[in-house]
Amino acid sequence: MAENIATLMFYIFSLVTLLSAGMVVSSKNPVHSVLFLILAFFNAAGLFVLLGAEYIAMTLVIVYVGAVAVLFLFVVMMLNVNFSEMREGFLKYLPLGGTVAVVIFAEFVVIFSSSLASKNLLAPTQNMVAASGEISNTQAIGAILYTNYAYPFQMAGIILLIAMIGAIVLTKRQRIGVRKQNIAAQLARTKASGVEIVSVKSGEGIK
Amino acid sequence: MSHVFFGNIGIFHYLVLSGLLFTIGVCGIFLNRKNIITILMSIELILLSVNINFVAFSVKLGDLTGQVFAMFILTVAAAEAAIGLAILVIYFRNRGTIAVEDVNMMKG
Repeated sequence: MAENIATLMFYIFSLVTLLSAGMVVSSKNPVHSVLFLILAFFNAAGLFVLLGAEYIAMTLVIVYVGAVAVLFLFVVMMLNVNFSEMREGFLKYLPLGGTVAVVIFAEFVVIFSSSLASKNLLAPTQNMVAASGEISNTQAIGAILYTNYAYPFQMAGIILLIAMIGAIVLTKRQRIGVRKQNIAAQLARTKASGVEIVSVKSGEGIK
Repeated sequence: MSHVFFGNIGIFHYLVLSGLLFTIGVCGIFLNRKNIITILMSIELILLSVNINFVAFSVKLGDLTGQVFAMFILTVAAAEAAIGLAILVIYFRNRGTIAVEDVNMMKG
């Protein structure tokens, strides 16, 4: 019974993932594309939960739905672009794109069927931490991430740092003619430079 | 860990799914030649299909390395999306358009 439900869930998740991926590619409005991308990633997270990889599933939801999709939405809505004229090349490139897609998928099918025929490619390897079932998926990943993969983990952090600095440097601009508070200039004012005492003679006024 | 492949769902189903997703992503790059935003989203789809492959093989082989590398792919995908969108924003600020075909301006 549980197996049938899991099989059904696999087909539902994968079907919705594929359909929404197709809508991402073919949607007229980029906002709809972003929303379908979110749907695709949610269903992929469901597939990962089905596989027993809960940590990657939750990371996918947090990173993609929480960060990347919102980033895309911000950019799409910030840029005031005429999206209808962007669709002009769609039908022109359809034969080329379709041909490339069919060729790539045919190659995939050949590779899958030939490699699955030889069973020794799929023999279990070492590092079977998750197979024991006593510790959770997240614990098992943490146990090898901070030991065997400590240096790649640090490198991932550095990549994120560089991406953050790069994005800030790229999009920062000095705008001319904007009045801003200059605190250093304010604090550097002295009594001599700020105040001028004028003794005005009566009847003459200030020149 | 083999119990997670319920019923008749095996590694082959996941491979076909990720292959189809990869194909849709590549197709999207070709079809949306004028829209960099959709091209970036197609790249995200391609990386998602790679992630599905990694996780499916990780579960099939009982080896967590695949899931660790899926996490690194997530990191790189997030960094790539941030940098790509930043470049897109400054390109739009300078040119007033995001059409890919006009990018050959710097061609020597």
